[in-house]
Formats: sequence, C-alpha cells, structure tokens
Amino acid sequence: MAMATETGKGRRESPFIQLANKVLGTLVTIAVTMLGLLFVTFFIGRVMPIDPVLSVVGERATKEVYDAAYIKLGLDKPLIIQFFKYVIDVVQGDFGQSLRTGFPVSDDIKRLFPATLELATLGTLIGVFVGVPLGVIAAVKRGSWIDQVARVVALIGYSMPVFWLGLIGLLIFYGNLGWVGGPGRLDIFYEDIIPPVTGMILIDSALAQDWGIFRNALSHIILPACLLGYYSLAYLSRMTRSFMLEQLSAEYVTTARVKGLSEWAVVWKHAFANIKVQLITVVALSYAGLLEGSVLTEIIFAWPGIGSYITTSLLSADMNAVMGGTVVVGLVFVLLNIFSDLLYKVFDPRAK
Amino acid sequence: MSDTQSLRAWLLTETPTSRRHAKLSAIYHAWLSFRTNTMAMLGLAILVLLVIIAIAAPILAPADPFAQELSNRLQPPGAENHILGTDSLGRDLLSRLIYGSRITLYIVGLVALIAPITGLLVGTVSGYAGGWADLILMRITDIFLAFPRLVLALAFVAALGAGIENAVLAISLTAWPPYARIARAETLTIRSSDYISAIRLQGAGPLRIITKHIWPLCISSLIVRVTLDMAGIILAAAGLGFLGLGAQPPSPEWGAMISEGRRFILDHWWVATVPGLAIFTVSLAFNLLGDGLRDVLDPKDGET
Repeated sequence: MAMATETGKGRRESPFIQLANKVLGTLVTIAVTMLGLLFVTFFIGRVMPIDPVLSVVGERATKEVYDAAYIKLGLDKPLIIQFFKYVIDVVQGDFGQSLRTGFPVSDDIKRLFPATLELATLGTLIGVFVGVPLGVIAAVKRGSWIDQVARVVALIGYSMPVFWLGLIGLLIFYGNLGWVGGPGRLDIFYEDIIPPVTGMILIDSALAQDWGIFRNALSHIILPACLLGYYSLAYLSRMTRSFMLEQLSAEYVTTARVKGLSEWAVVWKHAFANIKVQLITVVALSYAGLLEGSVLTEIIFAWPGIGSYITTSLLSADMNAVMGGTVVVGLVFVLLNIFSDLLYKVFDPRAK
Repeated sequence: MSDTQSLRAWLLTETPTSRRHAKLSAIYHAWLSFRTNTMAMLGLAILVLLVIIAIAAPILAPADPFAQELSNRLQPPGAENHILGTDSLGRDLLSRLIYGSRITLYIVGLVALIAPITGLLVGTVSGYAGGWADLILMRITDIFLAFPRLVLALAFVAALGAGIENAVLAISLTAWPPYARIARAETLTIRSSDYISAIRLQGAGPLRIITKHIWPLCISSLIVRVTLDMAGIILAAAGLGFLGLGAQPPSPEWGAMISEGRRFILDHWWVATVPGLAIFTVSLAFNLLGDGLRDVLDPKDGET
C-alpha cells in the first residue's frame, strides 16, 4: 500500500521497479496471511483437549518416560518458542508424523493431494463449460424460459446439501441403474497396476495407454465430478449472467448493434470479450472453493483425497495430520485467491 | 373493516405526525413492495411454518422422537402409524423431523446473532478508528477470509469437542469476516458525512457516535447479507452433523439423521432422503427470502 502511494505521488520509477514493488507487496501479503494461518492452526492444536505426549508414549508410561517425551516434544518451552519452531518446521515441509497412518504427514499429503486435485479440476471444467454458456444465454435472453431454468438450477445448487445429493446420486446411478462405478477411485481389481507419475489416475493411465483402467477410473470419477461441477455451475452461471447484463446495457453494445453487427458478434466478440478477466477471477475462486468443498464429497464417495484425510484423522484425534492438511488446503486457497487478485490487476486497467 | 382501512391510510400517509409514525410507514411501504415478490413470500411462508412446527413440536409429532421400537425398524413411508417410515432403531421419522426443526432453528438463530454482531463490532471500530487499529483488524479479517471455511470449522470443532454449541461457535468463527468488511465499508462512507461532524461538534464521543449513529445505518445491509448466508449456515451445520461433529446421537439433527441413514441408502432410501429434503426446503426458503429482502432493502445490488 505504502509503495503504491509513493509511486502515485509522481516520482517516476522504471516499470521494472514498479513490477518488483508489486511482486514484493504480494509476497509480503502471502507471508503475513500464511503466518496468520499457521498461528490459527497452532492455536487450535494447543487448545485441543488431547495430550500430545500421551499419544506418543501411550497411557501406561511411567512418569520418567512421560517427562522425557514432554521435553523432547519441546512442550516445556514458552509458547512463543514453540510457535517459532512450528513455523520453521512447516516452512521446511515437516508436519510431523501421522499417528494413524504412521507416515510423515507431508508424504501422506503428497500421495493424496493429486486425487483431490483431479476431482476438483474435472468439477471446475464441467462448471465452466456448462455454467458460462448458460449464464451468457440467460443474460441475452433475459426473462425467457431459459433464464428461468438457469435461475432455478442455480437456486437449487445454492440450497442443496452436497453430501445428500451425492448419496442420492449414488443410490440412483450406482445402486439402481448401475451406470457408474461405485465409491473409490478404481475397482479393487485395477488398483496399484499403473505406476503413479502425476498421481492423477486419468492422466497416468492415459500415459500408460491402459484404456481399460482409464475407462474404469472415468466411471468412478464421473459422478463426484458432476456433483462438484453442478455446484460450480450454479455459482458461475449466476456470476456470468450478472457480468453479461452489465456489459449488454453499455453504450458500446448499442453502437455495435447500430453498426449492424450480427447478434452473435455483439454478444461473443464484444460483450463476452469484456467479461473474460472478471470470469477468470471468479473461476479461480470457485476452483479454490471446490478444493475445500470436496471434503464432504470425498467422504461420500470414499475418495482418497485430502478432505477425507483431514476428516478421518480428525475423528481418530490425529492432530498432526489435521493441522498439516488444514495448512496445505489453506495455502492453496490463499494462493488461488491472490492469483485471481493479481490477474484482475494485471489484465484490467480499470483496477489500477 | 373501516378500522383496517383507516390503519392503512394512517400507514400510507405522506405527512407522518411523529417519528414512530414515519418509521412504521416506511416499514409498511417496504412490506408492500416485498409482498409483490411471490417467490420471496413463498420463502417467508415456509419459514413461518417452520417456526410454528418447531414451537408446536410436542403437539404435532405423532410419536416420541427418541422412542425405539426394534420390531418396527426400517418401515417404508406410508407404513401404519408412521407416515414417513421409521429409521434403523424403529423411531418415527416424521417425529424426529419435527423435533429436528428446533435444532436447526437453534443453530441458525445463534449463528445469526453471534457472527453479524462480531462483524459489526470489528468493522465499525476498524472503520471509525482508522490507522493502526484498522490495519491490524483488517489483516486479521483477511486471514480468516483466506481460510477455507469448512476446513476451519472442522479444525475448530476438533479442538473444542463435538456438539451443537461448539458447532455454532465454529461456524460463527468462520462466518464473521464478511460482515466486518461490510460494516467497515459502510462506516467509512458514513464517518466523513456532515451530520457526523455536526454531532461531534456537539460533543458526542466515539462510543455514542458508533452505537447511536453508525450502527443503525449498517443494520439493513447486514440483515440482507445474513439472510442470504443463512442457507450456507444451515448447510454447514448439517455437514458438521453429517460428519459426526455437530449434534450427537440420538439427537434428531437433520444432518446426523442423513449420516445414520447413509448405511442403508441402497435398500432403505427414505431414511437418508427425508431429512435431506427438509434441509433443502429450509435453505431454499432462506435463499428465496434473502433475494426478496435484497430487492427491497438494498435495491442497488438487485439482479433484475
């Protein structure tokens, strides 16, 4: 902020320094937000009514063993020192051991994150390719039946509990019709055949050219992806519609029409071109929302991703895993937020 | 008849005779324009019905929501004495649904009190004080905004222990930042207006200015936002209940009921479906009402 006003006062600086200032400012924002995030997770870890020592040494440990572990964990130090150590560990990618799985939390996350990413990405793609056209058409044919349909679709999306819709989807498409694969990422028969490259099964099996596994993975992911896609679609279609309405009422659109341009050119070449930047920022936000909103979806579909990892760890009081997962999801969330903010600033001259 | 006529005339007058008269008249005008919005009225009707059901639960419920009857378990809807069927312990689903409305209203009511008031306090203080206080408070707000909400609520419930009150606290903790932003924005525009300077010159202190002159003007935008957020709050609470982190069994909380029914979903679909429909209906009602209220109270953001 201070830098922005300084350059605004008229001291001419080279574009390079301006850019450097901007990058620096963004980095400071990320750092401060992440520090706050770590503080909150640290705080949560401290008020948690679970004794971290007991979970290491067990209930029957003698006083000496208990005290030794207490000191080894650094719990005798002042809180501020403990927090400092926690931050340094996290920066180095060390979230401690997971008590439930027995692996370092960072390894667990590395293994599970691609599954969440795969699901959220596919969901966002569905949301974009259905939601954006729907929003544009709803805005152009404002008040028509298709606008009403789009409104109802979005309203239902805003009001429906995601875990319930997932259950109903499983009941109908898996239980009754048998059109899709059930919970999990693959049938057990196919598991652990494909060497993990990206960790995303669709991509890995395509790389290995194993189309049987690809089809099986697709049949498993399609339902949860459509579910997440629906929520993304509900949000994106509404946003697209209101962005488009704003553009369509602008004078340049009237000018374009008076010039005799076709309606198609007016809508897609003029109006739509002007909402692209806004749209990308909204898509980034919705993507971040799906990454976190997949917690409940992953539970329903037994999807081995970060959301179900956090929840199952939570239920077995595995705090290292919960905190590690929360920090990683938070980091991705923050980065996507900042990314969308940056896009806006870079591409939209009005935001300056 | 003539009484209601004169009341209408009194409410619609162009020349109010007192402050209260003017206020009531304004409310009546808002109501008239709200009434033309069919969907919003539908939402309001559903919610009024929900409140009535919650209050009259002991009268309306055909059976005790906790009474188990194992010989009668998993009866389909339409079974004798059980219109919506029974769950895995033979408890009457309709009765549990009716009592569950109390829990939903309890959660929503508490969050709707805690989150906006916290946000209002933080936002107005931040906006009015400015300087360092503003910078620090807004940084904290940003940090909470940057957090994924459901994950943060999960972590908080984990720390505090499962239960309705802790779920309420966790949801409130993740819900207040947007209200703080709104309240701050409103405060910034109000702060520099002439009438605030006039009051300050008359000797009013910051406390009086904030509570008597800034808060009342922030309320309407906060109400709209709260109503629109309500659906999200219900869904979050149901989600926590579903994960076993909200209301604990045997409590008839709707999310927890879905979680119980989940195990039988393939053979006994109604156990999970019925409470889901209830959640959907209520959050839809809040969305409809919120849209209508926004058009009345805050026309500048209106969609159509």
